[in-house]
This record gives sequence, structure tokens and C-alpha cells, in this order.
Amino acid sequence: MNSIRAPKFDYIIIGAGPAGMAAAITARAHGLSVLVLDEQPSAGGQIFRNIESLEATRNSEFSKLGQEYEFGSSLVRRFKKCGADYFTDRSVWQIDNNLQIHHVSASASKSNSVNSHCQAKRLLIAVGAMERPMPLPGWTIPGVMPCTAVDVLYKSSGLIPDGEVVLAGSGPLLLLIGCRLLDVGVHVSAFLDTSMNGALLKALPLLPNALRSHKYLTRGLSLLWKIRKAGIPFYSGIQNIEALGTSKLEKVRIGKSGKFFDVTADLLLLHNGVVPNVQITRNLGCEHRWYDVQRYWEPIVDDWGNTSVDHVSIAGDCGRVAGAAISEVSGHLAALETVYQLGVISKVERDNLSQPHRIELARHKHVRPFLDKLFQPSKTWLVPENDKTLACRCEEVKVSEIRETVRMGIKDPDSLKSMTRCGMGYCQARMCGLTVSEIIAEEKKVSPEEIGYFKVRSPIRPITLGQLAEID
Amino acid sequence: MFKKQYESHETVSIIFEGKNLDVEIGQTVASALLVGGNMVFRSSVVSGQPRGPYCMMGVCFECLLEIDGIPNQRACMIPVREAMKIKRQQKNKE
Repeated sequence: MNSIRAPKFDYIIIGAGPAGMAAAITARAHGLSVLVLDEQPSAGGQIFRNIESLEATRNSEFSKLGQEYEFGSSLVRRFKKCGADYFTDRSVWQIDNNLQIHHVSASASKSNSVNSHCQAKRLLIAVGAMERPMPLPGWTIPGVMPCTAVDVLYKSSGLIPDGEVVLAGSGPLLLLIGCRLLDVGVHVSAFLDTSMNGALLKALPLLPNALRSHKYLTRGLSLLWKIRKAGIPFYSGIQNIEALGTSKLEKVRIGKSGKFFDVTADLLLLHNGVVPNVQITRNLGCEHRWYDVQRYWEPIVDDWGNTSVDHVSIAGDCGRVAGAAISEVSGHLAALETVYQLGVISKVERDNLSQPHRIELARHKHVRPFLDKLFQPSKTWLVPENDKTLACRCEEVKVSEIRETVRMGIKDPDSLKSMTRCGMGYCQARMCGLTVSEIIAEEKKVSPEEIGYFKVRSPIRPITLGQLAEID
Repeated sequence: MFKKQYESHETVSIIFEGKNLDVEIGQTVASALLVGGNMVFRSSVVSGQPRGPYCMMGVCFECLLEIDGIPNQRACMIPVREAMKIKRQQKNKE
């Protein structure tokens, strides 16, 4: 299928979020040929989704999104001018060992679904993060969504929830999105706080260092204050949440201290933190490790984002999740390393050029250990207590089935998959992978580190036989 | 469930389950259907239970629809186009 020679680039970047855009800008400034592949129709990643159009056509809303968006907008402008080749609407579905990259249209519209390939000397994975799936009874009912889904609908199409909204979970993003909903007049009928009991005490030793990036803390507190001040019923110490309804969500059943009560809801927005997208780094065979505080896997990298696989590095939230500002810095650093590795600058020049980025990194990163500890996900919401809960949404595999299969003697996620079909559906275990590792680890009373994760094979994205046959 | 925060300007006409819908351009199929009150996009291939959009960023594959005759399309990734024919995906329906 590779009879046609693939176009060659010094540097191919997957993802046009803050990390990918920053890397492209720096690599282009040193004269590299750069190709950026992104799934979305416009640059910015999920955080700055649709930012150009927002600024141009919905300026009053744009200005309300805050100063971060001014930076985002300036980053997108510099990226668009940097001279990198930039393809929107492209899903990478396979990466060969020689860094030949295969991609198809993400939207599969007939005119541009052509299956293309390209060749990189160095590859940067900057595919960002996703919300950690939060399995609970009824979470497949239409009307239950992760909280970022409403953020996407708002930024990309100006949609806001209509009706009763219940927010449930833990983490700064839930507070931020809750406040945005209040700003646009949405009625939030309950806030269910699932934060770990005593998390603040555990995080306190990390507070002094976090105060060095106090801007994040004051912002977080002001968000919390705004939600409390709005008079939204706020429940902490929740043990159970169940979504009820048939063809759409009707109510949310809440369990607290052994008592249950129902809240009417049209929309239940969940949030249990953010985890790296490791599908590509796993597929490439990069080494990963378990980050126990935030309970996810991250690729093992050095100070420049280099993974264990030659010529492959990462930047941004597809490694340790740290937000847009740190992602941008990590993109610049990864690109400088590539410029050095390709022989354009010396090691000394790389180190000198990285100085301002290292200073910027230091400014932002002090707060992260504190936040990671403060919002560490609690066991209750990682491994559902209710055995009827679906862990795998695609193949509808219940928590109880996973437990039973583990007790029959399976050792890892792949053998579970062959026994139960768990992780075999369309999402390719993106939604159940972490839950599966957690359940097996709990049953075996070891860390998920010892259990491992599903083996991620090509195609990284499902593609049709038709797309496979259409080669440019 | 969802409403538009501001007035629509330019629209296209799409056909959902045989009915014409005028929807604003520049949005995805998923958001166009949601604002029209359509929450159910398909039924689960296992139990037949109703499913609708979930992550809105191409990760979960819950919003799969048949678009212009091609099944299993992620509605949250596909912009609306004039005369697009969209169908729900039902279990056991070829």
C-alpha cells in the first residue's frame, strides 16, 4: 500500500492544541519542515476549541472566557503564520516503526476521506488528555455526559443546557464549568462533591510550595466561592450516585450516610479529573508508568519529552496532565530538542534557548503537586461499588462480570478482553481501560502498575475497509 | 435539553429520520440534533438500550449515526452539510 512515496517532513506533530502549536512555532523558527495533523476543524485543541471563530463572531462571549483565551488566541495566530503545513480533520490510524504515519479524514465526508501517509524524521505526540470516565449506574442514559462535553457544545456551537442540571464529581474543571454555566443563566439544581475525605489534610504539606504559583489557588477559591454564593445545593461526602431514566435522564439518585434521595435532572454532568490520552504512545511501545496520586498511566519521558522510543517525544497533557500553560512550554522544549537532534543547533544552543521556557515552566508548576493531591480521585468513584454498573459501555460488560472473570484466574486486561469482550468495542477501551486495570488490581490486591493495560494495536482509530482501500 | 444562546444566522437543511431540519451551519451533526431535542442517536448493539452523545470530542463513539448511507459515523466530529441524510442506528437493523 506504500507504493506512492510518502511526503517527508523533519518533524510531524500530532495535535494542534497548545503543545503542538508551540512546538510547530519553535521548529519552524529554526527552519525545520513541519507537518501538523489534527482531528478538529480548527486549531486550539479542546481548551481553545473554535477560538478563532469565537473571537471573530462572538466577541462578547470570547472576552468573558478570561485572559487565558487572549494567550490562546495569540498562540493560534502565531501558529497559523509559522509556515508549518497544517492538516485539519485528520485521524492518525497507524504509525509504522520507521515513522511512516497513516491518516484518514476524521469526519469521513466523502470528498476528503482519502487515506494518506507521510514520513517523519522526528515525531511529536501532542494529543492531549480526556476526562477520566466515571462509571456509575445509569451512566449510559442519554443526558449523562462528562462536564467538558457542555464546554465543547458552548464553544463550538453556542449551545447551553436547557432544564435542570446536576454537577457531580471533583476537580478544578468542574468548578470552572459550573461557574460558566451560572454565567450564562443555566439552572444548576445540585452540586455533588465526590472529593476524597481528608484530601485537604493530605495536600496541606504541599501547600507552601503551591503558594509560589498562587494565581491558580486564588482563581480556584473564587470559583468555589461563586458556586457556594449562588446558593446551589451543595452535597459533600456522597457515597452513591445513580442516573435514572429510560430514553433520557429523568432523575439522579443520591446516597449519603446510608440515606437516598432523588433530584430531578435533565442533564447530569460528571467529572473525575483528567487523564492523558495514551493510545498512540502505547501503540508505539513507549514505556509507561503508573502515577499513583492521580491514578493514571503516563509515558516515561526525560526533561525534553523524549520517550523510550527513538525519535518519538511527547508534549502537553498526553504526559503528566498540567494544563495549557505548561503544555505550551513543553511544546517549545520538545521542539528545541528536535532542532538539536536534527543537527541544526548545538547542545549548548539548545540549553541556552530553553532557559526562558524553563523559567516559565517553574512559574506554573509549583501548584501541580498540591492540586494533584487535593483532587486525587477517591476509590469509590474509580471502582464502582454497585456491581451492576457497566464498566465497558460499548460491549456492556458489568463490573460484576469483570470481578468474576478475575476470580476465575485471568491476570491482565487482554485475557479479560478475550473472555468477556470488555474493551473490544468501537472506543477501543478508551472508556473502560483505566477502570479495568483498577478492578483487576483491587481483586488481586496489588497496584494497577502490576496489572498493566490493554495492548493497543493498529488501527489506533477504527477505519472502514473502504478507507483502507482508498490510497492517495 | 440544550438551547442556542444566540440567534442563528446562516442555515442548511438536513434530513433526520426522513424529516427536514433547518440547522445553523458551522456546527457538528451532534450539536444540530441536540439543539432540536434529539438525545437518542442509536441503540446499543448489545442490549438495544438507547444511547446518545457523550464526550463530544471523538473519544467515546457513543454518537454513531448513519450519515449519507455510511454507518458508524461520529456525529460529534462531522459538520452539517446541505441535504445530508441522517439516520439513527438501531440494533439488528441492517
